[in-house]
Amino acid sequence: MKLELVLGLEIHIQLKLKSKMFCRCSADIYQSEPNTLTCPVCLGLPGALPVPNREAIKSTQLLGAALNCKLSGFSKFDRKNYFYPDLPKGYQISQYDLPLCVDGHLDLFSKRVGITRVHLEEDTGKSIHENGLTLLDFNKSGLALVEVVTEPDFRTSTEAVELSKLIQRIVRYLQISDADMEKGQLRLEANVSLRKQGSEKLPTYKVEIKNINSFRFLEKAIKYEVTRQSKLFESGLMPEQENRGWDDIKSVTLSQREKEEAHDYRYFPEPDIPPMEFSSKYLKEIKARVPELPDKKVERFVRIYGIGVDTARVLCESLELSEKFEKASKETDPKRLANLLVNKTDLRNLDVDNLLKRIKVKEDLLDESALKVIVKDVINLKENVKAIKDYKSGKEQSIMFLLGAVMKKANGKADPLLVKEILRKEINES
Amino acid sequence: MKKLNELSIKESLEGLKELKFTPQDLVFACLDEIKTKDEDLRAFVTLVREEALKSAARADDLIRELGGEAFARFPLLGVPYALKDNFCTENVLTTASSNIIRNFSPPYESTVSKKLKEAGAILLGKTNLDAFAHGSSTEASDFFTTKNPYDITRLPGGSSGGSAAAVASNMCIFAVGSETAGSIRQPAAWCGVVGLKPTYGRVSRYGVISMASSTDSPGPLTKTVWDAAFILNIISGKDEFDATSTDIDVSDFTRSVGRTETKLKIGIAKSYFVKGMDEGVKSKVLEAVGVLKKEGYSVKEVDLLDPKYSVAVYTIIQRSEVSSNLARFDGIRYGFDRSSFGFEAKKRIMLGTYTLSAGYYDQFYAKAQKVRTLIIEDFKRAFSEVDVIVGPISPCTALKEGATKDNAMFGEIQDMLLEPSSMAGITGISVPCGFSNGLPVGFGIMADKFNEEKVLNLAASYEASRGEL
Repeated sequence: MKLELVLGLEIHIQLKLKSKMFCRCSADIYQSEPNTLTCPVCLGLPGALPVPNREAIKSTQLLGAALNCKLSGFSKFDRKNYFYPDLPKGYQISQYDLPLCVDGHLDLFSKRVGITRVHLEEDTGKSIHENGLTLLDFNKSGLALVEVVTEPDFRTSTEAVELSKLIQRIVRYLQISDADMEKGQLRLEANVSLRKQGSEKLPTYKVEIKNINSFRFLEKAIKYEVTRQSKLFESGLMPEQENRGWDDIKSVTLSQREKEEAHDYRYFPEPDIPPMEFSSKYLKEIKARVPELPDKKVERFVRIYGIGVDTARVLCESLELSEKFEKASKETDPKRLANLLVNKTDLRNLDVDNLLKRIKVKEDLLDESALKVIVKDVINLKENVKAIKDYKSGKEQSIMFLLGAVMKKANGKADPLLVKEILRKEINES
Repeated sequence: MKKLNELSIKESLEGLKELKFTPQDLVFACLDEIKTKDEDLRAFVTLVREEALKSAARADDLIRELGGEAFARFPLLGVPYALKDNFCTENVLTTASSNIIRNFSPPYESTVSKKLKEAGAILLGKTNLDAFAHGSSTEASDFFTTKNPYDITRLPGGSSGGSAAAVASNMCIFAVGSETAGSIRQPAAWCGVVGLKPTYGRVSRYGVISMASSTDSPGPLTKTVWDAAFILNIISGKDEFDATSTDIDVSDFTRSVGRTETKLKIGIAKSYFVKGMDEGVKSKVLEAVGVLKKEGYSVKEVDLLDPKYSVAVYTIIQRSEVSSNLARFDGIRYGFDRSSFGFEAKKRIMLGTYTLSAGYYDQFYAKAQKVRTLIIEDFKRAFSEVDVIVGPISPCTALKEGATKDNAMFGEIQDMLLEPSSMAGITGISVPCGFSNGLPVGFGIMADKFNEEKVLNLAASYEASRGEL
């Protein structure tokens, strides 16, 4: 039996905001001392109440618009009830049946992927397991977290990675999150199952792989799961519906069933927050705020600057680089600038002025043919015969002597690396 | 002459302004009364004697320094009060009369107590309630039962029973409680004081340990209607820490007290005079209606849904919310594990968990919400015909201690006449209207959302024409 992968993704994105989702605590928690950025609300103290952060709602709607979703005119928060030590209220404020954004899509290189929903929720605290103890840090508790859920439209792990990277790029373009995976600002979950190839039906089970924190792990975890589930099918067994975690040290997924078995989250409308209504005027304004997104920008760069698709892709990987390129390209040859930025990564960190200065210097240098003439002159000088002989017999450093002579003759207007290259070539040929 | 602790807020403020007595005199009078009576009545869970005396001294300084100006800036300056123990008070034990948080000393102040503090009111102590406000008698307190000042073999009602008893026995000048469905009005009726349940959203819930988040409404328990209006002035309004609070028509509510130029149209709901109702209560309430008629008010009958439907709706919604609200007491924080929950809390958690469970949600929670909408519409229709609806608060007078035993739905039946208005989020008041067999009876007045001035206007008008009880 030929099997085919059926894969959907759940992507969590920590929003970059001044304050948390439901209180005024700072959201800038990276490397903060544990439990210093907390208040009665994010500690879930008795009597404390959540007040939603408008900016978080706007950011979520902006992302929804960028993912071609319908933005809901009516939405609400719900309570997701479950017990976990780092969930101080005993429930998470999330969205259940009326998320902020629904029914979107994104185009990958080879196919269109459906976006089921984009909703807003609060992050939990962090459990730290140390010396047999579990310590709790609530700095992360209550951070605004957006969840993007895709349709099970992926048939390969490559497609899943491509979409994840695209979403990362989009949220960075929207400037709603840094989406730094190492800092946990972007977290992936994959729902993996298999079915008979050619079947149109969704499998009757799914295996949820939780908390994947790199694109590489995503690819590895999916591949591992496909192999594991295929083997089960081959031996006549159905994989169990369960949650698994990726263990990178052992390069395997491991069952986490002890915690999640047959969960009933008992969702119900959050009574502490009134339902939200959005006017069509407001939603229109949100849609109008979506900037040019990476794919469109790549197309435009190819069209306007005449650069290759691959080059344009590299330039559009980050909003900052693409904007730097566009600014600098007004002052210099865009094609040459594009190639320099692609090949010399150190140039990317310069600001526009310094970038232009650096590449301008290079424009004043003698070109290869002019240098060749000087190199030939230097080689033919009597006083240099010994140095050439030494170099040929293996004394590498004597080329520096010759390089000095060329640079002097060129009045310093030469790229030393290029000179060296020509010198070697000419000596070997002489 | 009245003893100082027997004064109303209005009388206290007049005396303080005229320098007839000092804030210390007032606080001492209350603390002395507490010393004399509370051993028997047991209204207080925690007393803050030292802090109260310090605040009184500060208030005294301010009055000396600023004179009358002090009261413009601090409208409740020097007035001692009692606070239900489900309001968080910074560094003062806040237990909700429950064992599971019996050592909880909050790091923050509820918005209501903060506003009162900023207005110059002096906290005397925290009062007893049914644990987590689950009940209508204080018998469900994990600590002890408060007694009714009119007969200490009887219950004060609840859940704000401690607050009602403290006001009725003059251990304080006023008190603050909270109502989810009856928890202010019913104990006010049983203890013979004024109890105002504001519109849901009128007063911030921030810092009030949640019972049913969608109906919890903090409000005053006072000796007069004017006092209730005055406290509402101070505690109402939009709070940036409570997303469900509003700032609709926050005016000076005391202005609606004593205004008689327009006579409100009164409705009376037949369905609220339920079968099995105490005859003494019924006649006292009808007597009150008679007083109003004599004053020239028009009274007409209105149809309202039978309150029995509200019992089911309220029970399901409240238990559902409770099961989620109490989930934070998970044994990890606050020092005690879940075996410390009282019987009533455990029952509510179990029932609420059930009504929210997959497969039962539609049958219970979702259906209850639909019926709730019908109740809201029912009131809307009634209030298109009349301004206010009057009726009884409780079907009986204060019951004997032990009445709740083996009576699983005691509170729900007891508060049957108050649940519809609570579910609809509208406002209501209980005003004393006499005695039946020596026990106080409460006269209920309800008005539509954010129509507190109507309720207060009629209540004050009745209070004035009723005369001394």
